[in-house]
Order: sequence, then C-alpha cells, then structure tokens
Amino acid sequence: MSSAVVLAAFLLVGILDSLHFRPALAVGTESQMVARLKGGMPAQAWAPEVKSVLDELLERMATRKERTYSAPLATHAFSKETIELPGGGQSREFPRLQFGGAHLADPAEDWSGDILRGLLRGVALALVIWCAFTALLLVAVRPSNTLNIGEFADATWKGSTDIPWRAVLVTLGIVLLVAVPAWHLSANYHVLGTDKVGQDVLYLSLKSIRTALVIGTLTTLIMLPFAVLLGMMAGFFRGWVDDLIQYAYTTLNSIPGVLLIAASVLVLQVQMEARPELFPTAAQRADFRLLFLCLILGVTSWTGLCRLLRGEALKLRELDYVQAARAFGVSNWRIMMRHILPNVMHVILISVVMDFSGLVLAEAVLSYVGVGVDPTMISYGTMINAARLEMGREPMVWWSLASAFGFMLLVVLAANLFSDAVRDAFDPRVSVVPRKTRFALRSQRAGN
Amino acid sequence: MISYILRRCLYAVLILIGVNLVTFLLFFKVNTPDDMARMQLGSKRVNVEAIALWKADRGYDRPLIFNAEAQGVARLTDTLYFTKSLEMFRLEFGRADDGRDIAFEIRSRMWPSLMLAVPVFLLSLLVYISFALLMAFFRATYLDFWGVAICVGMMSVSALFYIIGGQYLVAKIWSLVPISGYAGGVDSVRFLVLPIAVGVVGGIGSGARWYRTIFLEEVGKDYVRTARAKGLGEFAVFYGHVLRNALIPILTGSVVAIPLLFMGSLLTESFFGIPGLGSYTIEAIQAQDFGVVRAMVFIGSVLYMVGLVLTDISYTLVDPRVRFE
Repeated sequence: MSSAVVLAAFLLVGILDSLHFRPALAVGTESQMVARLKGGMPAQAWAPEVKSVLDELLERMATRKERTYSAPLATHAFSKETIELPGGGQSREFPRLQFGGAHLADPAEDWSGDILRGLLRGVALALVIWCAFTALLLVAVRPSNTLNIGEFADATWKGSTDIPWRAVLVTLGIVLLVAVPAWHLSANYHVLGTDKVGQDVLYLSLKSIRTALVIGTLTTLIMLPFAVLLGMMAGFFRGWVDDLIQYAYTTLNSIPGVLLIAASVLVLQVQMEARPELFPTAAQRADFRLLFLCLILGVTSWTGLCRLLRGEALKLRELDYVQAARAFGVSNWRIMMRHILPNVMHVILISVVMDFSGLVLAEAVLSYVGVGVDPTMISYGTMINAARLEMGREPMVWWSLASAFGFMLLVVLAANLFSDAVRDAFDPRVSVVPRKTRFALRSQRAGN
Repeated sequence: MISYILRRCLYAVLILIGVNLVTFLLFFKVNTPDDMARMQLGSKRVNVEAIALWKADRGYDRPLIFNAEAQGVARLTDTLYFTKSLEMFRLEFGRADDGRDIAFEIRSRMWPSLMLAVPVFLLSLLVYISFALLMAFFRATYLDFWGVAICVGMMSVSALFYIIGGQYLVAKIWSLVPISGYAGGVDSVRFLVLPIAVGVVGGIGSGARWYRTIFLEEVGKDYVRTARAKGLGEFAVFYGHVLRNALIPILTGSVVAIPLLFMGSLLTESFFGIPGLGSYTIEAIQAQDFGVVRAMVFIGSVLYMVGLVLTDISYTLVDPRVRFE
C-alpha cells in the first residue's frame, strides 16, 4: 500500500507543481505575443525597446538601478566608496542606495521595523487572496448534486476529494505567501539584492523564467514533428526506409551533443558577423540566436524519441487491428495517423515532459561554455556566468548566484515531479512495478 | 560472432563517413573559409589579399571537392575535402590557430582527462549501484521514498551548482584542497580529489534512480519468486540473483561510455583548471578555433562508435541468452 501512497504523493506534488509554473508560462507567452505585436507593427516602431507585460508589472524593479552590488534588502551599498563631503573633505563609507530603503530617514533605526511591517502587510494580503481563492474554488468545483458546501469543505480539509484540492490549495498558499510579501517589499527594496551593474536580481530571475520556458517548449515543438514522423515511418515501413532513418539518427547521435551545438553556434556567429545587415537591432539578433539554439537543440535531441517510436511502431504494425486495416485497403498514411499515432501518444507525452527539465539545465551549461543564448539575453546561464567570478570577492557576493540556482531548482524540480506524475499516469509499464512490488512484499510476509 | 562484429565495424565506418560529411558541410560549405578568415582577421583589416593570405597560410585555398585545375588523381586529392576532412581518418588533424599540432596536443592532454574521468566512472558506478541496491532492498518503505525524493531533488540541481558549491565549501571554507589547477605525478591527487568527488556526487540523482528502476524490474521477475519459494533469505535473493541479473543492463549500458572517457568532462575540467581534452575543447570553442572543434567532433564520434561495438560484444559475453546471427 505504501508504494501506492508514494505514487499518490508524487502525483500530488506533481499536479501542484504544474500549477507552479503555469502562471509563469502565461507571462512568458504573453510577453512573446506583445513582443511580436510591437515588433511587427510599424506604427509602434518608435518604441525604444520592446517590452513585455511582465516588464510593465515589474517596471519599478527594472528601472531602479543602483550603481553596483548591494545585498538583499540592503539600504547601503555593498562596498565602501569615497564620498565628497559637503565641507570639501573626503570620507570612505558605505553610501546610501539610490532606491533601496530610500524612504527611511534613519536606516539603522527604522530598517527592521519597516521590513517587518512590509512583511506582515504582504502576508496579510496573501492570506486574503488565498481565502478568496479557496472560497471561489469551493463554490466552483463542488459536485453540486451530492455535497453541500460545508461537506465539500470538510472533504477538502481531510484531503478525501478525488482531485487533490487540499494539496492544490496548500501549494497555492505557499506560493502566495512567498510571492506577495516579496512583491510588497520590492516597492522600496531590492528583495534579492542587485548585481554588478546594479540591476535587481529578483527582476532578472523572473525574466529568466521566460527564456528557460521558451527553450524548453520551442525545442520540443521543433523536434516533435521530425521525431514522430520519422520514428513511425521507420518502424512501419521497415526495409530501406528504416535503414535510412536509422543511419541518419545514428550518425547524428554519434556526434557528441555539446560539440555539435558548439560547432553550429560558432558557424552561426560567423554567419551573423558576415551579414550584419540582416539583424538591425540587438534584440533581433538575440531572438534569432535563441531560435537557432532551439533548432540545434531540437536536431540533437530528436534521436532518442525517434528510436523509442520506431520500436513501438515495429510492435504495433504486427497487431491485429493494423493487419485488419491493411486488409481493408486503408492507405499507409491513414493507418499511421489513425491507428499507430494514438497508440504511441503516451510515449511522446512522457518523453516530451521528461526532456523539458533537461533542456532548462542544458541552457545554463551551454551559456557557460559560451555557445548558449546571446550574452545580452537574460537567462539563468548568463546570470550564473556573470555571478561566477563574484565568489572570489571578500566578503562574498552570494545572492545573484544563489537566486539563479534557486529559481532554476524550482523550475526544474517542478518539471521533474510533473514528468514523474505524467509517466506514472500514462506509462503502462511503470504501473506494473508497484503491483509486483506489492506482491513481492506480500509473499515476503507470507514467507516469514 | 566474428562476422557479426565485422559487420558492426563496417557499419561504424559507414557512420563515420556520414559524420565526416556532415562536419565538412557545416564547416566548409555553410561556413566558407572566407567567412572564417574575415572572422579571424577582424572586420577592420579585412581585404581580399589578407583573406587570400590567411587561407593560403592554413591550406584553405583549395576547391571544395573537385579540383579542375589539377591533373590525374590530384583532381580529387588536392581539395579541401581530401586534405582537411579525409585526412582525419589517418588521425592527422593539422594545426590549431595558434600554430600547435592538434594531434600532439590531444595526445598530451589525454592523460589528465583520463586521470579525472576513469576514477569518476568507476566510483560512480560503485556508489550508484550500492545506493540503488539499498533503495531497492528497502523498496516501498520510507527509506526508499526519501531516497527517491532526494534523488529527484539532486537531479534538479544544475551541474554548475555542484562544481561551484564544492569549490566554495571544500576548497575555500575548509581549505582542504586547492581550488583549481593541476600538477603531474603523485601531486595531482591533491588537485583531483575534489573534481572526482563533485563528478560522483553530481550524478547520484539520475544514476541511482535509473539503476533503482532496473533493480525493481528485476525484483518482479519469476526467478526471484522461485528463489524465495525455495526458502532463500531476502539478502541471498538480492545478492545472489537480483544483483547479478540487474548488472547485465547496467554494465552493458555503461560500456558505451568507456571510450568517451577520453574526451574528458567539459565543465569540470574548465572549472578546476585541469589541462585535459575537455578544457581544450572549451578553449577552442571560446577562441573560435574551427580546426580543433572539427577534430574533437571527429574523435568524439569515433569513440562513440567504438563504444557501440564494444556494447554489442559485451552483450554476448555477459548474457549467454543473447545470440547474434
């Protein structure tokens, strides 16, 4: 039984965590849409830089730049600077920040009280929002014919509903409790400090989510048609088609992935150097590079899925219903679409979700090597790369590195747990394991 | 058996020719030597003569595949494809942009890479298998659950974090080992301990979890039930039967990685300043040295093909049920 509980717990966490990153995804696509709109319409070509909805929301974070490093929630700069005293002399001291805690008259006295007040207000706000959500949920999803509101609330509280609403609500609560106070404090402070050029680290981290998600999803979208079509064709037609496709993917597979990506990106760089007229703005360059990176990642990552699908198709083509369809004279194309594709859907879904987290991690590594996204693009890779050298400073600048890793951990962990949940739900092979384990345990007990 | 291996080798050669063609297209057709010259020379000093000189200096001034001006065999041999791409089969890689012989560099940088990669490989195999065995032995208990939870957590952490965290904690705070660098001989141990440890720890998450599923798959099979039925204890079942059978997929799966150990690890080597092939590759990428990148791509795919053939052979050696016709 406990294995079932383990699975259920994973499922719960997975479902919840999918809620985690969906809001971020919405922001990401929205910002893309806005970017495309603004980029595409000549009427708005005067806008000096392309902005996203997220940018609008976080404007106060993006525009309030300090001169250089400052610790999280700090009121003074991180390093001493020489300041001209009004009297004409000079002194070495920590200068006040331009924006962080600028409203405080005496930072040493008021600082802790102000932070505490801000936190409390944020928490209170979060609780209010959470209660509103809970009430809405209870009213909206209650199975109206069997339970009244009180019973449903009771069931939710005990966690006995079919869909794990309790876990959903708890996670939502935690997310709100972290996000709302942070948002509240960001009005007057740099919640996660600032980096070398004085940019707010929280803002950078939030912007990086989009890059990570774009890489994860776009790459998948690019490779999916190739992998699915070629894999099914190889397994279904066999013969020379199979040989050809197998040859293609073994060849691509045998080139070490990082090197192929590096080589392609180098080639792209040379091409972009050679034809600067194609890329009038830096943003366009960065976007194109991101797109190209996704393309190359897609080229290197379709082989795994393709091989899996080939194996599945080889099995499926011998099954009775495919034979029957062939006997009826259904065309090959139609058999593949109607009979084989639906039966390999679970493989596709599982591998897509599982690839996602790998891609997010790969981006950071590639950016470190220098073949990732454009250096001007905000992403976890570029953040880590910039923050890497700060470890050597004394005292250490830890916050930008820590928040890049922290946010990345959240995104990837959520994706991993979600993919586990998806696999448990769709993979017929996985569900076999717990049953056997249970059987083994029972026989063990019987043996003792 | 012999004929099977021969066939696999022939297939490998075929694949290598494919790789060769792909890299050739990428580096010479899409990205012509003219582009490279312009990139290397910088946009200021660029003019036709400078480009021609640069190309002649490095032997890039030949036609791509077919040389119409030459006579006889030279029509095919005096071309870019022949001199730059086919020569790689003789392990002749030409010179890097800084004028050093690539083949020599690779030979001398191979050893530090191996010093790092081989211990990581062996140790991680040992650690992952014992960890996975532990989880499988206590399957469906809290130990197993938390083991898997920790694995998923560790999987989700970026590899960069392990390296930076390890450097910070062990080398900077505790000052046990130098942060980075390398020395030959016995002294190298001091420099290698931390990278090896980081390499092993960084992979525990995915490795142990993957092996655990293999063990669990094996636990559910009939022979395990038979072993229990004849009264064997749980310990004997695990070590006598499950471990041995589960090792087949694990070992054959890791054989493919053995030749690739020569390539070293890109990240670890460059972070710890170990002068191996991995850091060589990274330096080449950052310096945009196409000759080196091309050579590494070729070597990487050769090693991968060797790994594949070795995998096939190891299957027949380890698992008597597998027969190749």
